[in-house]
Amino acid sequence: MASITKTAQAGTLESSDVMITVAPGNQGSGIVIELESIVLAQYGEDIKIILEKTMKEQGVTDIYIKAVDRGALDCTICARTLAALSRAGAVLKEAII
Amino acid sequence: MDLRRSMLFIPGNNPGMLQNGGVFGADSVILDLEDAVAPMEKDAARFLVAQALRTVDYGSSETVVRINPLDTFAAVDIKAIVPCCPDAILVPKVESAADIHQVAAMIAAAEKPDQTPVKIIALLETPCGIVEAYQIAKADPRVVALALGAEDYTAGLGAMRTKEGTEIFTARTIVINAAAAANVQSIDTPYTDANDEEGLLADTQLAKRLGFKGKLSINPRQIDVIHTVFNPSLNDIDWAQQVIHAIRKAEAEGSGVASLNGKMVDLPIVNRAERILHLAELLGLMGGEK
Repeated sequence: MASITKTAQAGTLESSDVMITVAPGNQGSGIVIELESIVLAQYGEDIKIILEKTMKEQGVTDIYIKAVDRGALDCTICARTLAALSRAGAVLKEAII
Repeated sequence: MDLRRSMLFIPGNNPGMLQNGGVFGADSVILDLEDAVAPMEKDAARFLVAQALRTVDYGSSETVVRINPLDTFAAVDIKAIVPCCPDAILVPKVESAADIHQVAAMIAAAEKPDQTPVKIIALLETPCGIVEAYQIAKADPRVVALALGAEDYTAGLGAMRTKEGTEIFTARTIVINAAAAANVQSIDTPYTDANDEEGLLADTQLAKRLGFKGKLSINPRQIDVIHTVFNPSLNDIDWAQQVIHAIRKAEAEGSGVASLNGKMVDLPIVNRAERILHLAELLGLMGGEK
């Protein structure tokens, strides 16, 4: 199970990007997602699914994620999330990188 | 023959540009982890380029990743990027055959068992790299092209970079000759003033006259001009067809040498004509003729 030890951020607020901030959650808190998006009504649930899937693939269970989305594609959301996790001290599974 | 008339750089940490890289019609897109990415963002760019390679459709464009130099992040770049199946790796600041051996070994170690072998394009941008051009081109079968990076090279010379390019003339001809001797392609340095279309045209025409097979590009607006120059013209195609017709007629008459408009047609001329027709056929410029 991967865990993070500190707060970290990746991405930008430019168009087509997403800024992801991750912080360690208390044990048992689960995956808590706070999402802002210019396409929240259309794609909010899809973005949350990508964030949750990425966490589960990496074995992260207790984490707080803030995502400020500017219309990022799935691959960008995934890449920025992995970068934030890596910066926060998670040891990522190589196959995903 | 792989077409590399235009090779377009795309910043590796810019999702908007990465996701649209395939729409410009460049023969190659170069997803850049080196100069276009700030030192603090190298890790994030690596994740982004890896994801882009796996999910973005770059159409008919060859996918190339410019990694960081061997003395910085090359090893970690190769480990992350090669399993995502780029067509080629552009290695910056190559200075010796040993550099290529090192990169080729790292690529081999990172490749998946069923993966198409990843090619290497060597970017020569130092005086040492130019001196070693032929050895670099011959260093490994993965090497398919030499590219010239003139900005760093002129800095290494201590020369001023000019639009005329007098200061890089020697380097250009060395790269072209080394590439031709090693039977790989030669790719010219980018024209860095994206707003000067006339300058780009003149510089690309010079590159083609000297023997380059393509040109690096730093802006999608440059691609059409570059393609126009490197495409065979209708006159070229017409001349080539006449040459082939003349030599076939001579062969049918039992002679190995033909004449076209009073000029001798021998093997080098025929080879040049065949290259033009092959390129024209690849580009669909033959008007339905096969």
